[in-house]
Order: sequence, then structure tokens, then C-alpha cells
Amino acid sequence: MAVEPSMAEKVLDIRSMTMTFGGLKALQKVDLSVRQGEIVGLIGPNGAGKTTFFNCLTGVYPPDSGDILLVPPDRKAIRLNGLKPNRITEKGMARTFQNIRLFQNMTALENIMVGRHCRTHAGVLGAILKGPHTRAEEKEIVSISYTLLHNVGLGQFVNEQAKNLPYGAQRRLEIARALATDPFLLLLDEPAAGMNPQETERLMDLIQTIRKSGVSILIIEHDMRLIMRISDRIVVLDHGVKIAEGVPEEIRKNETVINAYLGADEGAA
Amino acid sequence: MSVWFMLLTFPIMVIRVNTVQKTVQWKWERMFMLGVGVFFLSYLWRYLMYRKENRPKDEDKIPWNQRLLSEKKYFYPFISFVFAFSILLPFFVSEYRVNVLITAMIYVVLGLGLNIVVGLAGLLDLGYVAFYAVGAYSYALLNLHYGINFWLALPIGAMLGALFGILLGIPVLRLRGDYLAIVTLGFGEIIRLILENWGKFSKGPSGIANIPKPGIIGLEMNRSQSILFIYYLMIALVIFTIFVVERLQNSRLGRSWVAMREDEIACQVMGIDRMRTKLAAFALGATWAGMMGVVFAAKTAFINPASFTFMESAMILSIVVLGGMGSILGVILGALVLILLPEELRAFSQYRMLIFGLSMVLMMVFRPQGIISNVRRSYEYHEPAAAEGD
Repeated sequence: MAVEPSMAEKVLDIRSMTMTFGGLKALQKVDLSVRQGEIVGLIGPNGAGKTTFFNCLTGVYPPDSGDILLVPPDRKAIRLNGLKPNRITEKGMARTFQNIRLFQNMTALENIMVGRHCRTHAGVLGAILKGPHTRAEEKEIVSISYTLLHNVGLGQFVNEQAKNLPYGAQRRLEIARALATDPFLLLLDEPAAGMNPQETERLMDLIQTIRKSGVSILIIEHDMRLIMRISDRIVVLDHGVKIAEGVPEEIRKNETVINAYLGADEGAA
Repeated sequence: MSVWFMLLTFPIMVIRVNTVQKTVQWKWERMFMLGVGVFFLSYLWRYLMYRKENRPKDEDKIPWNQRLLSEKKYFYPFISFVFAFSILLPFFVSEYRVNVLITAMIYVVLGLGLNIVVGLAGLLDLGYVAFYAVGAYSYALLNLHYGINFWLALPIGAMLGALFGILLGIPVLRLRGDYLAIVTLGFGEIIRLILENWGKFSKGPSGIANIPKPGIIGLEMNRSQSILFIYYLMIALVIFTIFVVERLQNSRLGRSWVAMREDEIACQVMGIDRMRTKLAAFALGATWAGMMGVVFAAKTAFINPASFTFMESAMILSIVVLGGMGSILGVILGALVLILLPEELRAFSQYRMLIFGLSMVLMMVFRPQGIISNVRRSYEYHEPAAAEGD
């Protein structure tokens, strides 16, 4: 597939993605792109189709039409439509979930170790024989996972079961688990939901740190203060349609967006 | 409560109609005994319930079984004691007991095999016995037609088990939970029915007899020697199984199984191939069943489809659930309890199913995680991370 020069620095390019559930049009011809090193916010009222958008991207649901192109740095674009979720993660896009989906009965460290799965190779025989290669790999998994755990500030919870972690810590653990798959694009689905202001503050620092490490971020969030502060660009969805796109300042003043959120009559807008 | 029970069982326990003399016997003393019995049992029940509800206080205390396994000063003496005990045991007990122990060990391995599927990967397989049958019949038939000996049949049985696991797994593993359970249940029955009805192939319900026992070339063994030989063979196989399952459990694959059990979608999104992981679990579980099938055929020297009914699957599943899903030590204990106890309690044999059912219900109420619950491995890691983190 030919890569146009203008999109050379885009890491994600979605063209008119449509998704319907029966008669419900959850997404209608949505275009969206994320550039290298950018933080893009995706906002919209409840039921606007934000999480559906993520699910289509990551292969949980196959979209009805449209193109999803993922462009790894210095490589050709990959069309993600129809790929299984695990293949998409292998390509370098990872996500977290709105309703926390950790592996509850595994320890914090193990949760992250699972994230390393797609970057490692030991098979059945490797596991049984435990040769030098497997040993080295296993050691590497532990050390990378530990470092990640440390970096999201959960060092003290190494061997604690995920379900026993405080709520904010579980959210951060999900981020660490996603990072363990070595993504260049990270999708965060309401990472600050249920967090208190201090936790949100620390989360913002964490997101900035992740961006600095070279990972582009697409983030869904309801906390407007957070999204306005960290996003480079914001895309607004309402009823499955993209109604606005721009820098935070523009979005803040945009009439259509304000109406969508305040529920004003569409004819009047 | 006890009064209620007295009323409830009144017709059965108290009135006895003597049909010959046409008189009615009233057994009031029985009613009294029952009343007192139920009265005390209900207190016991409440006490246990009370204890169950007030337990969480001492949660950070490390359970004894974890200490036994994780601390070397307990672990090595414990394991060498168990080993020595099991080596010496056959010299002190009767041949019959040794036979029972062999059966128990077969179930230990079967339990550990099913534990991979049910305990680790969380796939409810109600047709596990089918793979057991595949193993047993592969040895019996290969021996009958081609004279293949036990040692060759052992890996062949295991491989055929795995092959059937994969063949069944490919279509079936798209299903989840209850649906998977039903289909595997059906598969177990299909295999049994095929064996029963395809007379030309499997000799039908009359089964296959005179299956040779395992031997060593150039060594003639009489009956009791060969039982002893199978006993030691089983010890070796049990150790081998524990070794393999333990390694699998703490490997990349084992982690992905547990993750799959915990949350399938999250697992896929984390880059784990769902089908592959499930198939691996299914095939590896079936491998042990196939291998044990071969040993079973060799031990009993006669097999027919009646040995592979749903009750067997249920038994193995009970071992896993009762012992503790995902826990190796638990499954071993579960197998020993469920196989050895009924043998020791022959006196109560008519109540066996009753006791069995009752203990299952009590287990689920008071200790749903099994005798020994699975403890996730803890990792210790310090040196380089501290340097990198700062």
C-alpha cells in the first residue's frame, strides 16, 4: 500500500469508519488520525460511541466499513480491518479498558508479565525443558515487568493480587500492562474515571512521561480539566458522528460541542 | 429446626407397617434420636457458618501449605519423607492395597491433567474420560493387531490423546463456559458409544481382554511382581507429571492460561492468541489422559466401554474441584481422598454416593476454593530495577 507523503508522520489514520449494531448507527464515517508523539483526546457525551470506536480499532468488533491504517515508525502502513485483537496488539497498538479488566487473581507483576506475551516466544517444550534460552527470556520478562511496575509507581504491590489493589492503582496497573506489549500507540479508555484529584494529577504526569518515551496516545476521558490540559488535539463525537476537531481552545468555544453536551435542540444550534 | 425434621421424616422413620401381622409398629425412640441428632448438627452448622464469616481477620497469615512448599527447610524433608514412604509402602500392605494405590495414582495424574484444562485455563471439560478411553483403546488395539508393547504404546497413547484433544478443540473451543461443558460432555458420550457399537473396531461391549502388563525385556515377572512394577512406574509418572505441570504453570504459557481464565477479552487485547492458548491447554490435558489410559489398560488387562462412562469424568472433575482448582498439592490430596476413602470405608458402601454428595455440598459451602487453594507464585526481584528506577 502506498503511503502518501502527507501522512508520513501519522501513526494512526482512520478513514470513514462506520459501525452499526442492528439499526443503531454507533459510528458514522468517522475520520481520525494520530500523529507521532501526539496526545489526542476523544470526547463526547455518554453513548456517543467512544468506546465502540476503541473496540473497532482494537479488533474486538469488526467495523462495517472504512479503513484503519496503523503506521509503525519507519515502516509501511498496515490495514487493521479484520485482524484479530492479538494480531493488532502485536503490530504495536495497546489499550486499557473503561471498566477495569485486570486479571484479578494474578499478582500485579504477573499481570504485566502477561502483557509481555506477544513479545516472547517460549512454547510448550521450552516451558517443560526450561533451557537456557527460556530461562533468559523469563528473566528478561520479569525484569522488564518489574521496571514497568516501578515506573507507574506500584513497586510496593509486586506480589499483591490485582483485585486487592486500590482503585487508582488498578488503573495504573492496566496502563503498565498495556505498555508491556511495547506499543507505539496507546489507547486509554477513561483512565481517570473514579480517581480523586490527586490521583488524576499523578495520572497526568504519568501520561506525559509515557508520551516523552515516544508513545503516541489516544485518550477517551470525561474529566474535561484533564483532557483540556494534556491533549494536543481533541476530537468530539456525538451520536456516532464526529462533530468537531481542533486544539483544546477551539473545542472549548465550539457552539456545536457545547450544545451536544448541554443537550440543546439541534435545530437551534 | 429439629422439630421440623422430626415431622418431615415421621412417616419414614417412625411408622413401620408390618404387613404380615397387619399391625403398625411405632418407633418413637427413633424420632427422639433424630430430633437430638439434627439439633446438634444444626448447632455445628451454625458454628461453621459463623467461623466462615469471621475468618477474613487472619488473612495475612501465610497458610501452612504454602509455607510447606515455599520454604526449603520444610519442603525438602517433607518431600523426601513422602517419597521414602511411598517407596516402602508396598512392602507393608497387602497386594490388594497396592492395587488400590495404583488406581489412586492414576487418578492423581488424571486430576493433574484435567487441572491444566479446568484449573488453569478455566475450560470446563466434562468429557475428559474420552481421552482416557482413547489412550486405553490405543494400547489395547495396537497390541492386539500389531503386538506393540507397553513402552511404545505409552507415548503413542499420549500423542493420540493430544491429537484427539486438538481435533475436538478446534471446533469446540469457540464456545465458552456452560456451552463448552455441554459439548465436551457430548463428546465423551460419543466416544463411549462408538466404542460400544462399532464392534468390528473395538469389539463392542464385550471389551478387549488379555492386555499384557508392562515388562522389561528379558525379565519374567509373576503377578505380584508386576503389580509392584506398575506401582513404581506410577510413582515415576506421578513425579514426572508434577514436574511438568509445575513448570508449565509458571511459564509464559501457564500465565496466558490463567489470564485466559480470568478475562478472555483483556487477554486477547494483550496480544494472546485465544485459540492457540486454549488448544495447548486442551491438548496437554488430553495427553495425560491418553497416557493414563495406556497404564490403566495394562493394569487391569481388560477394558471395555463401561470403564469410561460420564461418572469417571465427574469423578476426575470432583478431584480437581475438591482438591483445589489450579493447585497441584490440592489435586493430589483430592485424588487420594476420593479414591482411597471409599475403599477404606467399604462398610458404608451403600451410603457412598450419599456421603460423596454431602461432602461436595459442604465443601462448596465452606471452602469453595478446595482443600488447598492455588497460591500464585511470588517473584522476588530487586537489584537492577532499583538502579534503573531512580
